[in-house]
Amino acid sequence: MTNLEQQLKSDGVVVAKIDDLLNWARLSSMWPMSFGIACCAIEMMGAMASTYDLDRFGVFPRPSPRQSDVMIIAGTVTFKMADRIKRLYEQMPEPRYVISMGSCSNCGGPYWQHGYHVVKGVDKIIPVDIYVQGCPPRPEALIGAFLELQKKIESEQIFQDKYFEETV
Amino acid sequence: MDDHPTQLSAYGSILLIGVVGILLVCVTMFMAKLLAPNKPNPIKLSTYECGEETTGSSWVQFNPRFYVIALVFLLFDVELIFVFPWATVFGQSELIAADARWGWFTMIEMAIFLGILILGLVYVWVRGDLNWVKPKHKIPTVDTGIPLSAYEALNSRQYLVKDYKATEVVEEVKEETVQPKTSVGFKPRFKKPNA
Repeated sequence: MTNLEQQLKSDGVVVAKIDDLLNWARLSSMWPMSFGIACCAIEMMGAMASTYDLDRFGVFPRPSPRQSDVMIIAGTVTFKMADRIKRLYEQMPEPRYVISMGSCSNCGGPYWQHGYHVVKGVDKIIPVDIYVQGCPPRPEALIGAFLELQKKIESEQIFQDKYFEETV
Repeated sequence: MDDHPTQLSAYGSILLIGVVGILLVCVTMFMAKLLAPNKPNPIKLSTYECGEETTGSSWVQFNPRFYVIALVFLLFDVELIFVFPWATVFGQSELIAADARWGWFTMIEMAIFLGILILGLVYVWVRGDLNWVKPKHKIPTVDTGIPLSAYEALNSRQYLVKDYKATEVVEEVKEETVQPKTSVGFKPRFKKPNA
């Protein structure tokens, strides 16, 4: 929201559309669910800890899907886990986003051919917004994913879509 | 000026704070209702149980002894809360220096307070409320015609254990056979370091 910030600096008064205000609030506090499946979760923890400090983007892990906006699929999605992921995703309130972190959740990773127990990509069970490549991705890559997600949220118009939907 | 009829009294400001507070909450909740997407489905409305499917009822019975122990613990927790400010406030050296009886007075006062509570603890202890009821295991008995002495005889019998050690070592005589020498072909040779 560079536009809003500039207005605030120049005049001290901001005139904004309610969608812009909503988006600004939402992208400044993306709360992921505390949910790590495999080794990528170690990198996720590293990204949230003091060295990389995801908290400066308002990214703050929540213990319940009811309070979270983002789901980071950090690790290998086995068929056993797929049920749980699906249920947890369903239990999150809209608008909700999914970051697929690492090769395993993107496409099955090293298990893409012979892994009898691995879902070949978490996008087969839930919709994914951002894919992060790497095995595992570095914390910088996860930060990059959140920046990309901010751009995506910035372009959304929840209020307009709800009340002034254009019928084509 | 404060008690002028057109001015808000102190109670008036409290009323104002109350009204503004209620309004703020109502407006925020109304805005949330207005803006938030609402798409309920059966899975979303189900109980969150770390992603697992919930089974059974949440009305599980707890042992009421947890309650008694918790209550006793709380009592002494509150007691500690009283002891800390007592130690800092009444233990000030200036007060004790001003009157030597002050220190003894506060000491005795706290001793009475603690004494009453300790009496309570003794009461609870003696009544057995702190005892945890342990389950008594019933050892099953089987009625058989075999007398106990039969088992006793079996247990005390000396069993012959076969010695596992070999008693004598049989030496095998190896017959040396002369094998024809065959060429191995390439033989790796290594340079000696001091040559």
